[in-house]
Amino acid sequence: MSDIKKFMYLNRRAPYGTIYAWESLEVVLIGAAFDQQVSLMFMDDGVFQLVKGSDTSQSDMKNFLPTYRTLGDYGVRHLYVDKASLEARGLTTDDLIEVAWEDFETEEEVDNIVEAVDADQVVQLMAESEVVFSF
Amino acid sequence: MKLAVQVNEGPYQHQATDSAYHFTKAALEKGHEVFRVFFYHDGVLNGTRLTTPPQDDRNIVNRWVELAEKYDLDLVLCVAAAQRRGLVDDGEAQRNGKDATNIAPKFRISGLGQLIEAAIQSDRLVVFGD
Repeated sequence: MSDIKKFMYLNRRAPYGTIYAWESLEVVLIGAAFDQQVSLMFMDDGVFQLVKGSDTSQSDMKNFLPTYRTLGDYGVRHLYVDKASLEARGLTTDDLIEVAWEDFETEEEVDNIVEAVDADQVVQLMAESEVVFSF
Repeated sequence: MKLAVQVNEGPYQHQATDSAYHFTKAALEKGHEVFRVFFYHDGVLNGTRLTTPPQDDRNIVNRWVELAEKYDLDLVLCVAAAQRRGLVDDGEAQRNGKDATNIAPKFRISGLGQLIEAAIQSDRLVVFGD
C-alpha cells in the first residue's frame, strides 16, 4: 500500500470513566505502522486526555498519560486541541502536556506539537482530512 | 463507492449498531461495495452467536450473519477489544487456553491493522458510535 492519506483521530471523551480514550490510543499506536499522515484532535471532554499531572494510583487504572508524550515517535505530526472546549472547562494550554516531535531522517525538531485551534480551524482541519476516526 | 464501516457500540444497548446495519444493508442494495465492517470497543459484542434476544425483538447478530452470507461481507472483530470482552474463536481459545468459543459464523477476529487498511482502501470510512 503506497497511498498516503490524511488521518484524523477525533477524541471526545475523558481519559478514564470509559475505555474510548485508551482504545483510541491503541489504534493510533498500531496505525503508525501504516505510515499515514496523522493528526489527533481533542475536543469536548477529550481535552482532559492531555491535562498534565493526572494520578490514577487510587483508581486501579493504568495511567496512560505518558503514552501521549511518545506520539511524536509514532508518526503523529499534530495534536490539535479545540480552544472552546478548553475554555469551557477552565483550562488553558498551560495545563496540557507538551509532546515533542522529531523527523529522524531530516533531524527536523519541534518542541511541542500540541496546538490550540479555534472553531474555524477545527472545521477546516476536519474538512482537509480524508479519514476521521471518531472515538 | 467503496465503503468501510466502523461500529463502536454494543448491540441493544445503543442504536449505533442498528444504524450501522441499516446503512450497510442499504449501501449494498444500492450496489456500493462495503470493503469491511470493523467492530471496535463494545461493538465486538455484535459477534457472539450466544445472543438470545426475546422472540419479538430483532436478532442483531443473526441479521449481520445473514447480510454477510448474502453479500460475502467481511465482518471483523478487533482482537484486543474482543479479548477484553470475552469474544472467542477457535484460534483465540487455543492461544489463551479458553474452554469455549462464542464467535458467530461469518465473523472473524483480527487486528486493528484491518481497520487502518479498510480506511486506506475505501473511499469513505463511516463510523457509528455514541
